[in-house]
Formats: sequence, C-alpha cells, structure tokens
Amino acid sequence: MAELKKEIPKVKIDEIQKRLLLEVADLHNVPEGAYNIRANGEMAGRASTANIEIVSKKDVSGIDINIAPGTKNESVHIPVVMDQSGMKEMVYNDFHVGEDCDVVIVAGCGIDNCGKQDSEHDGLHRFYVGRNAKVKYVEKHYGSGDGTGKRILNPQTEVYMEEGSYMEMEMVQIKGVDSTIRTTIAKLDAGARIVVRERLMTHGEQTAESVYKIELNGDGSSADVVSRGVARDHSYQKLDLGISGNAACSGHTECDSILMDDGRILAVPSLEANCVDAALIHEAAIGKIAGDQLIKLMTLGLTREEAEEQIINGFLK
Amino acid sequence: MLELKNISFGVDSEEGQKEIIRDVSLTVDNNKFVVITGPNGGGKSTLARLIAGIEKPTSGRILLDGEDITDWSITDRAKAGISYALQQPVRFKGIQVIDLLRIASGRYLSISAACDYLSEVGMCARDYINREVNASLSGGELKRIEIATVLARSTKLSVFDEPEAGIDLWSFQNLIKVFERMQEKNKDGSIIIISHQERILEIADEIVVIAGGRIKEQGPRDQILPALLGTASAVGACTQLEKGSEQ
Repeated sequence: MAELKKEIPKVKIDEIQKRLLLEVADLHNVPEGAYNIRANGEMAGRASTANIEIVSKKDVSGIDINIAPGTKNESVHIPVVMDQSGMKEMVYNDFHVGEDCDVVIVAGCGIDNCGKQDSEHDGLHRFYVGRNAKVKYVEKHYGSGDGTGKRILNPQTEVYMEEGSYMEMEMVQIKGVDSTIRTTIAKLDAGARIVVRERLMTHGEQTAESVYKIELNGDGSSADVVSRGVARDHSYQKLDLGISGNAACSGHTECDSILMDDGRILAVPSLEANCVDAALIHEAAIGKIAGDQLIKLMTLGLTREEAEEQIINGFLK
Repeated sequence: MLELKNISFGVDSEEGQKEIIRDVSLTVDNNKFVVITGPNGGGKSTLARLIAGIEKPTSGRILLDGEDITDWSITDRAKAGISYALQQPVRFKGIQVIDLLRIASGRYLSISAACDYLSEVGMCARDYINREVNASLSGGELKRIEIATVLARSTKLSVFDEPEAGIDLWSFQNLIKVFERMQEKNKDGSIIIISHQERILEIADEIVVIAGGRIKEQGPRDQILPALLGTASAVGACTQLEKGSEQ
C-alpha cells in the first residue's frame, strides 16, 4: 500500500459537487491513492503517493501527474466538478507514465448549471505512455441542473505511446451535456495497442462531435476504436473516426448508433493506409431500435417504453 | 383456457386483400399440449403471432380464461400469462443472458436460479450466463436461450414457434424432455407448439392441422397422427436434419 502524502488535509466540496463526483468518478468520498479534485476552478483536494506525484503547473492552469516507472496496481483520480453558473475554464493536465507501469486513471467532469449563463470546461489531457506500460483510462462526463445556461465540455486528449505499451480508454458521456466537441489523437510506436470504447447519448437539443485521429506509426501497432451512440429528441451527433496506418499495423473502427425521435447522426469513417502491410477496417451502422427487439421484450411483459430503456441501457453498457 | 373464435387475418398485397388465416376456431384447455402442424405457408406462425398480440385479427375474438383479449397489447397479454418463443430469436447488443432471464421472470433472479433455467435447456450455465445475447451466439444457442426465457416466465400459456429449428439432434432429444417436464411442473399451464416434427407430434395431447389458413383437421393425437406420418406435416428428425444440412 503506497504511503499517502496529502498536501491538503481536508477536501472542501459541497453536496452538489459530491453528487457530481459520484456521477463522473463513482466516488462517494475522497478516493484512495493519488487524486486531485478540482471544484469551480480551484483545487479542492490533492494527494500524491510514493509512486505517483501530482504537481501544479506554473505557466498554465493544470497539473502534471508523474507516475514512476514500474508502478503497478495503483490508481489516480482527477475529477473536475463545477456548480457555479457562468464559469469558463481551460485546463492542461499531463500524465507521464513511466516504463512498465500498470495503472488506472479516472478523470471526468460534472457540471451542474442552475443559472442563466453558460458553464464551460475545456481540458487538454496529454498522456506520455512509457515502454511496455499499461494504462486504463476512464473518462465520464455528466451535466445536470435546470438553468437555461448551457453545460459545455470540450475535452481534447493526446496519447503518445512508446513501444509495447497498451492503453484502454473508456469515454462515457450519457447525460446532460449540451454541447461537446471531443478530440482524441494518438500516435503509436511499434507493438503499442490502443483500445477505445466510447459511449455517447445525446438528448434535447444537444450536439456532440467526436473526432479520433489515430496514427499507427510502428510495426505491430494496433488500434480498436468502437463508438456507440444514441441520439434522442432533436439532438445531433457527428462521429469522425480516423486511423492512419503508416507501418505493418492493424486498425479497426466501428460506429454503431441508434436513432430515436428526431435525432440525427453523421458518421464519417476515414482510413488512410500508407504502408502495404497496414490492415484497416471500418464498420458503421445507424438505425432505429429494431422492431423485433421491442416485440421480444414486450412478450416478456415490458411496456414499449420499458423495452426501449432496456435496449438502450444494454447498448450503452 | 385459450379460445380463438372465428379468427380471420389478412394483409394488403398487390392483388388486393390476401387472407392468411380464414375463420379459425380453436380451444386449448388448461394442462393441454397442443401441436399445430401443416405445410409451410399454411398460416401456423401467423396464428402464433395473433395469439401473442403481435398481429391483430381482421375479424373474430380471442379469449383467455373467458376474458376477451382481442384488443390487448403484446405487453398486457404477456402480463396476463401468455408466453411466446419466437421462431427467429432476436439478438441484443449489451444485454446479457442473465438480464434477459431476469426480465422474463419479472423478479430479481439469483444467478443460481437463472443457471437452472439454462441447464434445463442443456446449456452449461456457467459459460453462458454473462454472455451477451448478440451475434457471438449461434442460432441453436439463441434458440435454447429463447426457450429458457419462456421457462423462466412459467405462465399459463406458452406458445413455441418451431422450437426445433436450428437445433442439433442431441439438443433435440433434450428439447422433447424439456416440454415433458414443463407439462409435469406447470399443471394448469397449457402449451402450444408449432412444429412438423414427428417426435413432438408424438407427445401432443391434441394435434391441429392447418393448411391454406384453415383448420383441416383437429383432434386427439391417436386420431390425427397416423394419417400424418410420412407427409410434410410429420417429419422425422433425421429427414429434417438432412434437409437442414442441404440448406
């Protein structure tokens, strides 16, 4: 068990922020291990461990997370919560993951906006993943509040993967974010592998745009990107999944989307092969919930609405 | 008890209204095992869909225990005690076998109770309980899960549309036992199976032959079955398998 070096002894967060933390990081209270909690633009709590050091950036808002080589089975939580209407912030967080690490990183942003002004959190997360390191990254975005001000989140993620490293990314945004442009770029060296599982649900008048640009630069590198989306009401999603194969590599992207009500979805697949040994595949499917799925669940006693909910929940699980 | 009274059903086609079911009347008493057979395209599956509420008859009434359910939705009929196993089971992304069994049973089902239903249909429960009901499962596996959902519901009327389709011979022998045990366990329940399988016809209490949308014959097994043997309405397991492998 890593020794805790708490820089701030007490975490100052209110009830709304606690609820947001629960939504975005499954946290009921202060997490174990290293963490940094940001609330309304201020640091509300931080802890480093013997192997994971979190330090504030000097030039811009944000933190550096330094994970020592060989760190295994440790986690870092860096949730952001906002419940002040009218806030707009841009944060830069850099993760330096040493060689041979095996760590879990949980990020996420929850915005509660009960006011009239827009609240916006934009963040750039950069991951420098060392040789043979293994990272699981979980990012959840959530919005709540009944104000007319919009909840806006524009996350940018950059991933630089050294030889033999592995990164699994779970990106989830299933409620309450009015506008989002998500951009993820990744550059992989030989033998590195990236696996992305994205879940997006939009409703009301929301718009979500998700762009992936993955470069497979080393022999034996691979990428598997699967984005599942549900667009309800009048919402709009644009999914732009791109892979460039610049070596003997393999890449797979998949857009799988369900349309409901007057939702709209644009799927833009792009594959670029610059090497004769690059094997790239794209799959895309958009459609409404299949009638026979509804019928099957209704014959088990569910109403049409309950059946739809089960199908969507399963789809986004 | 299920009663179909003068049920007709038609669809619009290029040549005008096409009658698929014509004036069918049928009574299925409690604790009866009724097999509906007949040539392909004769209207058997449509009859099952009319009972489950997926299609509504153009004329005639459907009664369950004396109550007129003709205008009831699929959901209301399911809640009233009608179960229906589809001929072509449906695939779901993300929904696991355990989820489907829990929805079917209408209560919180423990893992071990859910496993019992899978074992009942000859599946190694441990391997399947957390599997997604998606394209990674074979047709035969899906079919058996479909039957397990009906077992988990344990309702007064269970309708199976060609339960043997896509099932291999070994599983088929077990399938017969599943229906026999079902009837033993659920004393007040009745079972309707759509099938032209000789082995299934052999365990029926009553057989109904449907052709051209009409009931051609109906009555106790011993009275109906001898004349059917060797025809398309009563096919032996091997014949069916050979036919299946050719397809």
